[in-house]
Amino acid sequence: MSGTDWRNLAISAALLGLAALLPVYGSPYWLTMGTTMAMFVVLATSWALFSGPTHYISLATAAFFGIGTFVTGLGFQSLPFWVLPPLAAIIGAGLAALVGLVTLRLSGVYFVIFTLGLAEMVRQVVTWVQNQTGHRGMYVLTSITEREIYWMLVGLGALVFLAGWLIGRSRLGFALRIIGNDETVAKHAGIDTALAKVALFMVPGAVAAATGAILAPRYIYIEPATAFAPLLSFQVVIMALLGGTGRLWGPIAGVIPFSLLWEAITRQAPNQTLLLLGIAFLVIVYLLPGGFVGLWDRLRRRFGGHS
Amino acid sequence: MFILITGLLLGGTYALIALGLNLQYGVARIMNLANGEMLVAGGFAAFWLYTAGQVNPVAALIVIAPVAFVANWLIYRFMLQPLVKRAKSRGALEVDSILATFGMSFAFVGIMTWAFGGGYFNYAFLAQPLEMFGSSYAQNRVVAFVLAVVIGGALWLWLTYSRVGLNLRAVAVNPASASLVGVDVRRASALAFALGGAVTATGGALVSMFFTLDASVGVLFTMKALIIIIMGGVGDIRGTIVAAVILGIAETAVARLIDPGLTLAAAYLLFLLVLLFRPAGLFGKARG
Amino acid sequence: MSRTVLQVRNVTKRFGGLVAVNDVSFDVTEHSVMGLIGPNGSGKSTMINMISGSFAPTSGSIRLEGHELAGKPAHKVARLGVGRTFQLVRLLPELSVLDNVIAGAAFGHRRRWGAEAKAHALTLIERLGLSAVMGMPVSALTYIDTKRVELARALAGEPEVLLLDEWLAGLNPTELGTGIALIRSLRDEGRTIILVEHVMDAIRSLCDRCVVMSSGAKIAEGSPAEVLSDPEVIRAYLGDDDA
Ligand SMILES: Nc1ncnc2c1ncn2[C@@H]1O[C@H](COP(=O)(O)OP(=O)(O)OP(=O)(O)O)[C@@H](O)[C@H]1O
Ligand SMILES: [Mg+2]
Repeated sequence: MSGTDWRNLAISAALLGLAALLPVYGSPYWLTMGTTMAMFVVLATSWALFSGPTHYISLATAAFFGIGTFVTGLGFQSLPFWVLPPLAAIIGAGLAALVGLVTLRLSGVYFVIFTLGLAEMVRQVVTWVQNQTGHRGMYVLTSITEREIYWMLVGLGALVFLAGWLIGRSRLGFALRIIGNDETVAKHAGIDTALAKVALFMVPGAVAAATGAILAPRYIYIEPATAFAPLLSFQVVIMALLGGTGRLWGPIAGVIPFSLLWEAITRQAPNQTLLLLGIAFLVIVYLLPGGFVGLWDRLRRRFGGHS
Repeated sequence: MFILITGLLLGGTYALIALGLNLQYGVARIMNLANGEMLVAGGFAAFWLYTAGQVNPVAALIVIAPVAFVANWLIYRFMLQPLVKRAKSRGALEVDSILATFGMSFAFVGIMTWAFGGGYFNYAFLAQPLEMFGSSYAQNRVVAFVLAVVIGGALWLWLTYSRVGLNLRAVAVNPASASLVGVDVRRASALAFALGGAVTATGGALVSMFFTLDASVGVLFTMKALIIIIMGGVGDIRGTIVAAVILGIAETAVARLIDPGLTLAAAYLLFLLVLLFRPAGLFGKARG
Repeated sequence: MSRTVLQVRNVTKRFGGLVAVNDVSFDVTEHSVMGLIGPNGSGKSTMINMISGSFAPTSGSIRLEGHELAGKPAHKVARLGVGRTFQLVRLLPELSVLDNVIAGAAFGHRRRWGAEAKAHALTLIERLGLSAVMGMPVSALTYIDTKRVELARALAGEPEVLLLDEWLAGLNPTELGTGIALIRSLRDEGRTIILVEHVMDAIRSLCDRCVVMSSGAKIAEGSPAEVLSDPEVIRAYLGDDDA
């Protein structure tokens, strides 16, 4: 590891420590806000690990997340809680592998469309199964507090950053960047592009499912319509792209302002959230391609290249 | 039999909607994910004209189609063409247009919710039953189907035999060589996009005769249209029609026989089968 | 007699009704440059695409040192030892020149990673005369430099056979001289190369043997001097059969 690596590691550790202390110094309001933000940081960062380099826009987050909440919903009475997030991660990764095998051989449009409907399809199937078996929603009554949820998310976030850092230095990460540039070249350079894409797509699948499993106790009552709400997928895409996927820290830069804005809008004009989402997409495409990371890089280049 | 005919009636309207999107994607190379909102807007317009002005939805098409044409032309010209121009590759355009049209989609839903509220819209037009082959069908479904067939047929004839239609098809096959033989690709793309939007809005007006719409239902139609296009093959009119009918029948069958809550799951199953076994579309040649 | 590295047998490729390559066979021997020539649209790139695994032949066999390549996906073919450049240059626009070359080293026939890959790529960059432009973004390179980067990427995996699809096309006369010298130096290193080319000077001075294609079929094979004086080849090039 080089000097900058050590520096970045020190900064990250300090920030992580600071984030972990939030429940100690923050008010309950900020703890709630912080939990939401931590959730989006985890989701958006893991989303960007795959979708950033490959430019495949995944809208499957809600599907994986919903499955994670159901893992907890079904399992919390019979299994110790700490087993559930890893279990959800394994299931999420497996589902991601299946989805990837079917769609990732094809062009990006197919992938977007497939993932767009995935959450809705899983929701319909789960609802149907529940109707057949006579269950509706379920109660997740645990002794887990919001603080603990928050800490688990921070821990998961640390894992995601570590994974992202390792992937960025690995052959797999490099292969994905080549694929994102030119898939034909990638194949002729010797990269098994289908395998590489599927392998990396399993990461956001696993992370989103684990996140859902961790957050399930917060919702207390789980039903398919809320667990698989497709809005979540779009929020994650917006936040990741707004921050920029060119750097590991990019998505955080999108999550923080967008969560605050979202919170303000939902409080004051709850009917306008979709309009906000739409405008955010348009802003990203027309004004901020590359997100804040791209802007930051452009500014740095313009002003002499020193940071 | 009942399922087959109901499915066919539904499939006819789906075909028209998918044809609109297929024109936009096939010729203008824009995967328009705001397509469903254009449909809902067409439906709302029909609803509004019917309830406020007592205008027959069939007659309303005469207004709705041209307005949608102009609106879509403007969208293409001012929102999408800049993306086409700056795109370095087909892939970059794909990502940009997906994001931009998602943005438009959400913005439209937001605006429509704001203007019309979040409630459901339907109106009773020709809701009486019609007896056919021993079962009864809602008249409005039959009328919508007949209109879809007539409009779709006219479109097909026009694309196949007119000079402009030929140009559009040339651009669909290969923009570079089309421009070599003197086709103005940019104009053809704008025309196809506008036309596709008009067809979709028309489809929306037809759907509104028998289907309850609300501001946020558009994405469901977008998804169905996309599944149909992929099933039928991009740019393949015959494939689109067959795929739409298959989807209509499959949905009706699942809704009748298993559970109406599973229609999208049924569409997905079809989609999955196509992706697995015929990724180039029902009639597409497997790629070498 | 030197060893045969690549063996093409009765290879045919149809695109719908069009027969782009029709029952073509030839051998490529180790440490030699094989010219693949013919008029526009005669099927040369299609042949290259089949050897490199872009698509499978409709029928026939392509063997690299005993391994069947026909029908194998491109990445497997690349790992078995086929490197290529593209008729229309393809670089990785968001990557640096160095990373473009490392891309070839990291996943190819002879795989390298980390410091070793970097050192190897730097050697190639130096060798192809790219050191001066190494810091530039790929989009700012001159045409010949983009071709050099692509060649370096193809060489970085140390392929058994290198396929160059009109690598010299589009160069101006001075660049052409440099380019020809560069390929000659590769030949002198003992690389095995298939060279698709229209530039006659290059064919004469670089190729050990030539295969001539016309309308998908092989119409001649031999030394450059032999094939270029073959009346059938001349007819194919002058196109008196309205092809
Ligand atoms: N993917 C494809 N689909 C359909 N036809 C193709 C395809 N690729 C090539 N062809 C056709 O096959 C024939 C041979 O093309 P090819 O590119 O191999 O010629 P070439 O000898 O490389 O020509 P040039 O010297 O112009 O590069 C042409 O008629 C071409 O149009
Ligand atoms: Mg060629």
